[in-house]
Amino acid sequence: MKHQIQISNNDEPLIEVVNLTKRFDNLTAVDNISFTLNNGEIFGFLGPNGAGKTTTIRMLIGLSRPDSGTIKVAGKDCTGNPKAAQHLIGVVPDESNLYPELTGFDNLCFCGALYGMSKTERIERANKLLKTFGLTEAANRKFGGYSKGMKRKLTIAAGIIHRPQILFLDEPTTGIDVASARQVRQLISSLNNSGTTIFLTTHYIEDAERLCHRISFIVKGKIAKTDSVKNLLQPLLGRYVMLVSASGNIMDISRQLSSSFSDYTFNITSPEHMRVEANHQINLVHIVKFLQEHGIDVTEAKKSIPSMEDVFVSITGIEANILKKEADKKRKSE
Amino acid sequence: MRKGLIALWNIILKDMRAYYLKPPNISWGLIFPIAWTGMFFIKSGTGFETIPTLLPGVIAISVLFGTTSMLAVTVTFEKKNHSFERLLLAPITLNTLMLAKTSGAIFFGSINAIVPVILAMLLTDISTISWLIVLPAIFLIAVASTFLGLFIAVSVSEVFEAQTFSNFFRFPMIFLCGLFFPIDALPVFLRPLSYMLPLTYGVDILRGAVTGTNTMHLGLDFFAIIFFCTALFYISLRNINRKWIN
Repeated sequence: MKHQIQISNNDEPLIEVVNLTKRFDNLTAVDNISFTLNNGEIFGFLGPNGAGKTTTIRMLIGLSRPDSGTIKVAGKDCTGNPKAAQHLIGVVPDESNLYPELTGFDNLCFCGALYGMSKTERIERANKLLKTFGLTEAANRKFGGYSKGMKRKLTIAAGIIHRPQILFLDEPTTGIDVASARQVRQLISSLNNSGTTIFLTTHYIEDAERLCHRISFIVKGKIAKTDSVKNLLQPLLGRYVMLVSASGNIMDISRQLSSSFSDYTFNITSPEHMRVEANHQINLVHIVKFLQEHGIDVTEAKKSIPSMEDVFVSITGIEANILKKEADKKRKSE
Repeated sequence: MRKGLIALWNIILKDMRAYYLKPPNISWGLIFPIAWTGMFFIKSGTGFETIPTLLPGVIAISVLFGTTSMLAVTVTFEKKNHSFERLLLAPITLNTLMLAKTSGAIFFGSINAIVPVILAMLLTDISTISWLIVLPAIFLIAVASTFLGLFIAVSVSEVFEAQTFSNFFRFPMIFLCGLFFPIDALPVFLRPLSYMLPLTYGVDILRGAVTGTNTMHLGLDFFAIIFFCTALFYISLRNINRKWIN
């Protein structure tokens, strides 16, 4: 699904964020973060709930004011004047926010009108988008009656009706069925192929790995790391990983494990779970035997292919399945 | 400029279709003034010739009720379901956006005022009314009431709060603006409150135009109500900037 980053005619980043900070009373939601978004790329912004993703997006799109720092969009300083670049951006929020009492077609036309598109232009564009997103048959039905997947697709269509240079996608695949999520991912790729730069936040690390060119990990308001997917995965290439579950407390013998198996790295994520990494094949029999000698039975052991989830864990210190759980919780609450 | 006008016009059209021209609202706009006219008429116990004396009050109340809650509820509803953020993201100024959002309510409120006028026309002779004063007065009452609705919308976060808060302003306003009791007949400590209400000046203009019984100079009335409109609009804009773009 991934593709080459389109070559930009302009070396200047499309978005440049420098030392951005946002506080709410005593809480620093976004803490002095800096990053750039290059023309033509899909930039992933990953982090658990409360990490500062949404606050950052709200500042970038002009719905929130930073306490300090600067935001430049297409070379324009938008820190004090967010309206300066709003015509260049499209926003697809995590919850569909179109008008339930209007039809799909009318919603798209209205969104086009908000950006000053002429009647002929917005009718033509709305029809084209409805066709592209497979919603032509539902065009004259009220948005309120759409399924979640259809709502998400129409919300994306509404976000791009004015052909924005930059599209902000907040959790585009959360809360929709597998087939719709797949379609949405294809649409994101296709949009990017046609030249739209995309800022993507997601709880699904595999989505970010599949779609993004660069990823930034944000934890507790700070950026832990920003790099290309390739560079992030590089240290894991050639690594062997095994996930072990046991019936006793592995934490009690963590030191003995490390000293007895010096060529393995043990990451004990909970008293009963650990992750074993090595640069060569892992000899499970030795580990099982060692644990048994210390009164701990192995209940499950499975090989794991190193992925962006492992990168996330190693950089943020947060279990990757926490993000999945948050996404599932959100899906259930919708 | 042209793009801003396209956005402004389409926001007005959307609000008309989505909220104001819905059958329940149209029927409310008809029933409400008829009910008020009937109530005043029965209470006065006089003949049709007294209708012109009731007309300023019925017009003012119809406009007040037709605008404040509608705008407060629709804006709060859109804020609650996040569709208002879509409007805030549009590349138009906040002034243009709020003018667009309030225009529908102003129009709806002004139309509400026409219902008692038509009723009065059918029942008695109102040829002596100065329409050149009545029409701008209706418009200004609608603007002031709408901006009051906007002020309420910015101050609350739930739709039911918008309704409750609207009544918090509306009912004292009806009793203090000189509709039921002359301001001079109110207790001394309440009189300053009366002069702090935009409806007081609107009602006085209508009285002057319909029966010639205004208590203040019409120039002062117009100045005061325009002042209230401007102040409410800018206070609301400041509050939106402070509370919704934070």
